[in-house]
Amino acid sequence: MAKRSLPITATTDVVTTDVVTTDVVTTDGATTDDAIAAVPALEKAPTRTAKKKTTKVTTKTTAKAPTRTRKKTNADGSVVVVEERRGSARSSRPRVLVTGAASALGRVLCRRLHRTYDVLAIDTRGFPDRPKDVEHHEVDLRRKAAQTLIKKKKPELVVHIGPLHDDRTRLRGSALLESTATLLKLVEQVGAQKLVVISSALLYGPSAVSAAFMTEDAALLGGQQHPRMADAIAVDMMVQSSFWKSPATQTVILRPVHLIGPHLDNLESRMLRQEHVPTLLGFDPMLQLLHEDDLVDAVALALAPGPRGVFNLCGTTQAPLSRILEARNITSWPLPMPLLKMALTRLSALRLTRIDERDLIHLKYSCLVDGRRAEKELGFFAHRGLREALADL
Amino acid sequence: MVRRSVLSKITEVVEGLLDPRVRARIDALPRGNLNEFGVDPFGCDPDILKVVAPLMVLLKERYFRVDAHGTENIPGDGRFLLIGNHSGQLPFDAAMVATTVLTEAPKPRLVRGMVERWSADLPFISELFVRAGQIVGDPRTCAKLLDADEAVMVFPEGVRGISKLFANRYQLGAFGHGFMRLALSTRTPIVPFAVIGAEEQAPAIADIRPLARLLGLPSAPVIFPQILPLPLPTRYRIWFGEPMQFKGAADDDDDVIAGQVKKVKNTVQRMVDHGLERRTSVFF
Repeated sequence: MAKRSLPITATTDVVTTDVVTTDVVTTDGATTDDAIAAVPALEKAPTRTAKKKTTKVTTKTTAKAPTRTRKKTNADGSVVVVEERRGSARSSRPRVLVTGAASALGRVLCRRLHRTYDVLAIDTRGFPDRPKDVEHHEVDLRRKAAQTLIKKKKPELVVHIGPLHDDRTRLRGSALLESTATLLKLVEQVGAQKLVVISSALLYGPSAVSAAFMTEDAALLGGQQHPRMADAIAVDMMVQSSFWKSPATQTVILRPVHLIGPHLDNLESRMLRQEHVPTLLGFDPMLQLLHEDDLVDAVALALAPGPRGVFNLCGTTQAPLSRILEARNITSWPLPMPLLKMALTRLSALRLTRIDERDLIHLKYSCLVDGRRAEKELGFFAHRGLREALADL
Repeated sequence: MVRRSVLSKITEVVEGLLDPRVRARIDALPRGNLNEFGVDPFGCDPDILKVVAPLMVLLKERYFRVDAHGTENIPGDGRFLLIGNHSGQLPFDAAMVATTVLTEAPKPRLVRGMVERWSADLPFISELFVRAGQIVGDPRTCAKLLDADEAVMVFPEGVRGISKLFANRYQLGAFGHGFMRLALSTRTPIVPFAVIGAEEQAPAIADIRPLARLLGLPSAPVIFPQILPLPLPTRYRIWFGEPMQFKGAADDDDDVIAGQVKKVKNTVQRMVDHGLERRTSVFF
């Protein structure tokens, strides 16, 4: 109990104590609907319980966090002693577990989700600039510590950031698969109501015929020559299998197109921040881009109870690479494919670049996806037009 | 920056060669589905036609001197499939049909040709094809185009047609069934057409299969007489037939579809025979 009260929290003015909230969550915390509904309605719920238990809590926690007690008169005339901890959360909010939270995308996501949810962030890296009420643990999902933590915290919602959005390029495939498998097992064990996995639309793979606006049931062919993609596809497939393995959990796979945004440090964003970039001579593929904020919106929509399944996420429109570069005022230097490939191989041998020559295929072929399912079933519409998204980098 | 200005200068000069009548027709093409970047969802920019058209119009009017018949059968709006015979080793027949529809149909239409898959690997060509509305042949893309009420041109003979030997001229090869299934699923009328004259532009006396395999090409024809890397200046006659509407389920058995495909094939063959009868000279 005491341990749990430590880091969480934020807003004031609500009658809240840890004991009370534990009660609330366990007693009526059956479905996400209930949990979400309980967020604003906390005041009426725990009056009696609070009365009984506040004293106990106060004695337990005073030493740990700066607290302030005040008396509050309820509508029915009863007086309740209310304890407020500065920076202490409304812990009846549903708890969401974010894996890979210290990655660029994870940080953006946590900053948004902590306004609505209790965020439990885990990553093997530190997350020093996290919002105050985000609880971060530096653990590895494959280790016992992480598993004990998750079992204890029992998050109702889980967001798993897929391997392609992790900035660590040297992550081993086996580690990725193992941690995803562990996570899926944990999700089942703690009975989470929702699992949202951020995969990628690049898994369909750019090819000569992939300008056809692929729907969610198109085959994932992007990994044929690309081990990193193959790992990501394996993760995607693994999560797909949990659709039927654990039907009690509403599983959502989001497949966004190329993500760009001011906080992201992926290849696309870095490329569009340059003044001069190399392109492939004689090729000008169509590109779809999605702003990071729009992805976060989609995750928020996916976390609401209801939707399950796979969703492609794309921006409002698509454009040829050359016109995207023009819109950003970037000078392109068209180079023949063999030359560009050779340069990348040499540079990466000298440890001067981490760009994989296999990523060049995105400069050659289009990989367009159809996002209508997300519009219809998730209610997702990108708020930023392509030009707006390009202006904010 | 210098490069960009040089490019725009060249474009300007080329566009200046364009017949104002053709320019007006390009401007009159439907542009409802263009986005803020000036391209449609498939990457086609009608304005690029202004750069390509001068050469195409030159080929059509001066080199092949196309005689078009039955252009009134080309629908002014809505989707349709152009189905016809393929010939001539190099796809000048496709280019001439598309140019004819653009310049002579009652209402200008942009024909979306289904190009060979390997053309997507060719630098510049692939880019030009996409920008000019030509799409790598794929049934899913084709269905999307028809759903968007575009005009799509398909040669059901495929490579079998274009690489046929001179001895087999004007004999249609086997028609694939894909176009009929597409027409049925998207309820698209079929406009048959016949191209007369393309067979003689590059008479192939043999096809060296091992060489084709070695080079990864669909065929390696021995063309006689091949003096220039250009086809012979034969006169083209293009006949457009009345639109044919088919009814039925797109996923019907092959036998059922084969019957409907045969109807189209017979119509095209009849039009080819009729065109040959009316022709007085190959070159004039």
